[in-house]
Amino acid sequence: MFKGMYNWIDERLDVTPMWRDIADHEVPEHVNPAHHFSAFVYCFGGLTFFITVIQILSGMFLTMYYVPDIINAYYSVDYLQHQVAFGVIVRGMHHWGASLVIVMMFLHTLRVFFTGSYKAPREMNWVVGMLIFFVMLGLGFTGYLLPWDNKAYFATKVGMEIAGSVPWIGGYIKELLQGGTIVGAQTLTRFFAIHVFFLPGVLLTLLAAHFFMIRKQGISGPL
Amino acid sequence: MDHNQQHETSHKPIKRKEMTRRQFLSYTLGGATAFMAGGAILPMLRFAVDPLLQKKTATPFVKVVEESKVTAEPQKIDFKVHQVDGWYESDPKMQAFLAKDDSGKIFALSPVCKHLGCTISWGGEEAPNLYHCPCHGARYTKDGKQLKVAPKPLDEYEVKVENGWVYLGPLEANTRVK
Repeated sequence: MFKGMYNWIDERLDVTPMWRDIADHEVPEHVNPAHHFSAFVYCFGGLTFFITVIQILSGMFLTMYYVPDIINAYYSVDYLQHQVAFGVIVRGMHHWGASLVIVMMFLHTLRVFFTGSYKAPREMNWVVGMLIFFVMLGLGFTGYLLPWDNKAYFATKVGMEIAGSVPWIGGYIKELLQGGTIVGAQTLTRFFAIHVFFLPGVLLTLLAAHFFMIRKQGISGPL
Repeated sequence: MDHNQQHETSHKPIKRKEMTRRQFLSYTLGGATAFMAGGAILPMLRFAVDPLLQKKTATPFVKVVEESKVTAEPQKIDFKVHQVDGWYESDPKMQAFLAKDDSGKIFALSPVCKHLGCTISWGGEEAPNLYHCPCHGARYTKDGKQLKVAPKPLDEYEVKVENGWVYLGPLEANTRVK
């Protein structure tokens, strides 16, 4: 049945060549764990992307119940976690996935570093990867405030003090991030907007560049 | 079966419906992928449809007015109901038109127009002894029977009278007229 549907679409749009470009490429022996088990280190990038997809999906579903407002944020999170079926699971995926994505990304960075894959001609991809790293940290920082509990509030206070400690312009950065002079209502809506619109937009663009470059340049050779 | 036939069958290669290696691998890979994707997606879908599946609590009766204050002329009565809306609890103000019919029985109509949901009023110069809607000019009789514009009669509250007080229950379709 699927084959019939696929052929029907393929006859009209000729998608097979596009599909080949994206997915049908050889996996070199030195990155295939079936040949050398130690090659599993080459899976970390893919795992990071897999968790990122889960983060985007679970985050989309969480916004069905969450409100970024200092009165209701905590209650809406409490409600979606304890009253809505599978709330524990969906929020759990987003909560644990957030930490896991940082871990996986760090391991991926270590692999790239120790296999020397960042060297010419792949320097640009290393830079894009670093930008992705900072965007991910930004997503973690802004997402942490959203439940608006004590941990969230004080973690953000600490973050704001760090931002404020930058010489000369620290005060301005702090006030811009806070959306005012205190961590409050405007900080929460601001962080929410950054967390669900601005940074994901930047992240997807950077990921597209990252994947485009890896397909264009191929996987780096064996050690 | 004669000798020739037997000879032929015994030399035919046995045909089993075998799965090719490629088929087996694509089924296992596809199955494993579907299992993993399902494990991630199904909880989210159940999470999203939860409002449909949450238990609906029956509307409790609310004390609204003394029985003696209800007249044959419909009067607009304000009352409050306790409402739990997800994480938000409130006591929104509701309204009903209470009146006595010819036999002295108290009935209560919803002030929500059955045309497009505006709020109706009773009487006045514009429509003496009728309910009228300011939005598109719907008219209803005292019993809630639609006269123009609206497709259905006004909804009716379930009414209970106890110890001289009128209580209003859940809203239902008009039982007095069609």
